[in-house]
Amino acid sequence: MDEFNRILEQTLAEFIAPTTAAYAMAAIGLNLHFGYTGLLNMGQAGFMLLGAYGFGIATMAGLPFPVAILVALAAGTVFALILGMPTLQLRGDYLAIVTISAAEIIRWIGRSTWLQEWTGGASGLQGRDYKDSFHATSPLGDGRMALGPLEYINTGSDSWWTRIFAWGLVALVLLFVWLITRSPWGRVLKGIREDEDAVRALGKNVYAYKMQALVLGGAIGALGGVLYALPLAIAPDAMSRTMTFFVWTVMLLGGAATVFGPVLGSMVFFAAYMLMRTGMRAVADNTGIGDVITTSNVEQIGGMLVGVTLMLLVIFRPQGILGNKRELAFNAH
Amino acid sequence: MTADRPTRATVLRRTAAALAIALAPLAVATPLATAATGTGTSTGVATTTATGVPTTTTSDVATDCKPDDTTACVAAFVLTDENERIPDVAVTITGPDGFSAAFTTSSEVQAVAVPTSGQYTATIDPTTLPADQPLPEGAPAELEVTAQTGGVARAAFRVGADAAAPPAQSETSSAPADDGQEAATDAGDGVGAAPEGDASERSFSWGQVWQQIGSGLRFGLLLALASIGLNLIFGTTGLSNFAHGEQFALGGALGYLTINTMGMSIWLGGLLTIAVCALTGLAQDAGIWRPLRRRGTPIMQMMIVSIGLSIALQFFIQFLIGGGTERILTSNPRPWTLLGITLSAASWISMGVAVVCMVAVAWFLTRTRIGRATRAVSDNPALAAATGIDPDKIVRIVWVVATGFAALAGLMWGISFGAVNWQLGVQLLLLMFAAVTLGGLGTAFGALVGSILIGLVVELSNLFIQSDLRYASALVILILVLLFRPQGILGRRERIG
Repeated sequence: MDEFNRILEQTLAEFIAPTTAAYAMAAIGLNLHFGYTGLLNMGQAGFMLLGAYGFGIATMAGLPFPVAILVALAAGTVFALILGMPTLQLRGDYLAIVTISAAEIIRWIGRSTWLQEWTGGASGLQGRDYKDSFHATSPLGDGRMALGPLEYINTGSDSWWTRIFAWGLVALVLLFVWLITRSPWGRVLKGIREDEDAVRALGKNVYAYKMQALVLGGAIGALGGVLYALPLAIAPDAMSRTMTFFVWTVMLLGGAATVFGPVLGSMVFFAAYMLMRTGMRAVADNTGIGDVITTSNVEQIGGMLVGVTLMLLVIFRPQGILGNKRELAFNAH
Repeated sequence: MTADRPTRATVLRRTAAALAIALAPLAVATPLATAATGTGTSTGVATTTATGVPTTTTSDVATDCKPDDTTACVAAFVLTDENERIPDVAVTITGPDGFSAAFTTSSEVQAVAVPTSGQYTATIDPTTLPADQPLPEGAPAELEVTAQTGGVARAAFRVGADAAAPPAQSETSSAPADDGQEAATDAGDGVGAAPEGDASERSFSWGQVWQQIGSGLRFGLLLALASIGLNLIFGTTGLSNFAHGEQFALGGALGYLTINTMGMSIWLGGLLTIAVCALTGLAQDAGIWRPLRRRGTPIMQMMIVSIGLSIALQFFIQFLIGGGTERILTSNPRPWTLLGITLSAASWISMGVAVVCMVAVAWFLTRTRIGRATRAVSDNPALAAATGIDPDKIVRIVWVVATGFAALAGLMWGISFGAVNWQLGVQLLLLMFAAVTLGGLGTAFGALVGSILIGLVVELSNLFIQSDLRYASALVILILVLLFRPQGILGRRERIG
């Protein structure tokens, strides 16, 4: 029974975990790309990694916390401009191929010995090197706080302040995205998703609108990277293709082209993922199955189930939990 | 056949032009090939002391070992908790057959050549550590590493007050995946035999260029074998199959299981691997792709389904072979030198098999009824169906051929580069995309030309940039191609819009 309570508690904790907020933020950016504009960005992890590096390196260079956040946003913006220029005039799959490749280039450069002085090479940047300025912004002070079964320290890596800051930022960005997508600008984006040529016929510069959407979504993705780095360390190998695909699963699960879809998707995804893995581990530890399936197998089976979930989701419920079937970016081209 | 189809003469001319471009670097380097005399042999000579008594002060062995197909290196260094290398620590490497070599560390990576693959033990003398950087309590002063030809086995000792337990690590050992994220396995230089260190540290020679061209051709031919399938699938169904890299890795992984773990002969295990992988292609088409085509699913949706499949397959491969890097053949590769290029015998045979397969594909596509039907379906499926071709049948054949060739390429890759790991698929998928985009999306011969060019670029860039960035050069080419000639070398303009 204790074990059962522990599993439920861990699952509940995932709903408000800072990592969940980071993925929600990245999915909001991706939603602006794919859900609203129909752009296939397969390199969101690259934007996140760049954001994390930008934030971490800027902080280590002595810049104050808000400026470091701006550096992260600028890194995402520049990356989006570089990727968008060659590809946004071509068919959708070219953007997909270039973004997935560029995200890997960022990771390889990050983990290479070439820039080791700045990026820490394959082992990445340690959390204690860049977190002090963030912890200094905390108004909560020291000590611990409990809310129901969830208890964390007030200030620190895995703390209430990290959670409040992350979800507060998600709420702000959500409000921003809600406002811009219901503006005339947002309607042009949806028009591009539905029929690019029709929008072009109305005299709109489709390329410029796509670029703006790519830059905005990329900057939000970079912000997601900052949130991801705040409770953890910056490790290039943790932010690779798998992360991009998890962000896609999160977005499609919640519902593309909806405002709350990415947030709901992230919460449901990580709670279910945690429930599944802790559940399997408990089964493996306490029954005879443990002889066949080891703990590291649990991770692998979990990963396989994520892949299968993504396939089933796209085939049978492409609109996700909240989406509207008529408003699907898949039908675009 | 539609009117915009290029005539045979145009195709021939384009192919010739593309081949000329591909062979241009060869023409430059050929006259200099005479200067190349076995540059692939070992560069570092290990002094073997019979007793294994560590010599603590002098560096009495060559510590500039560069791995290649016939050389295995063992490197040892001592890191502070800030990842800085500590100089002047005495290290002894001991191994099978009484091998022993002693040297002192410096701020550079020190690597010694070892005679055979196998288990080596690196031992540091704790008394030679700086006083303020002691070995943490309970940390071993000895590390076991597995040396393999074509790679550097690194023994990293961690010292200092903050060193966390376990403080010592061996980087070639397997690292399990953590929390569904990719663990810090050796991804950047996980495949292939990469020369270690900075390009500026190595002396440049034309012999080396010639050797790299040989490696580049090997790389390119194996890449071509894999990417032809990707391009055929794209041509006939319009799908950019993101799971194709995993099909490649699956070939290597099943090859490891059948040949290494189960001990089958290389031919039996290889055939079984290819058959199983080709069956996965058949099953995929019957179970996933044909029903989706029947439903009229948009191509973008199918692409994301293929991404889901690639995640599932990637973790499945990890489930099969674990998180580490494995080798298919346990014996040491035999070096063969042809025309001044030294590669392993397995590599030469793989290249031969790849060439034969490529010729077979070309013959199949241009001379047989089904091959012509395949090209007709790539051109215009509706028109092909109207002339009595069954597109579903053609697509089924294409899936089987594509997955079979991907498996064969993965298997031969694993054998000739001596390393299979679960991340192989990701790395190769990106290079395959670069190759087919460069050659022309949807054109079977474009995949060949693009792959060979990418192979040459990747291996030759080794001479100028750091080896852990060599794949990045291929992807930079991809972006440049999209900027200046998005249809690729052999592609047609109307496909890109």
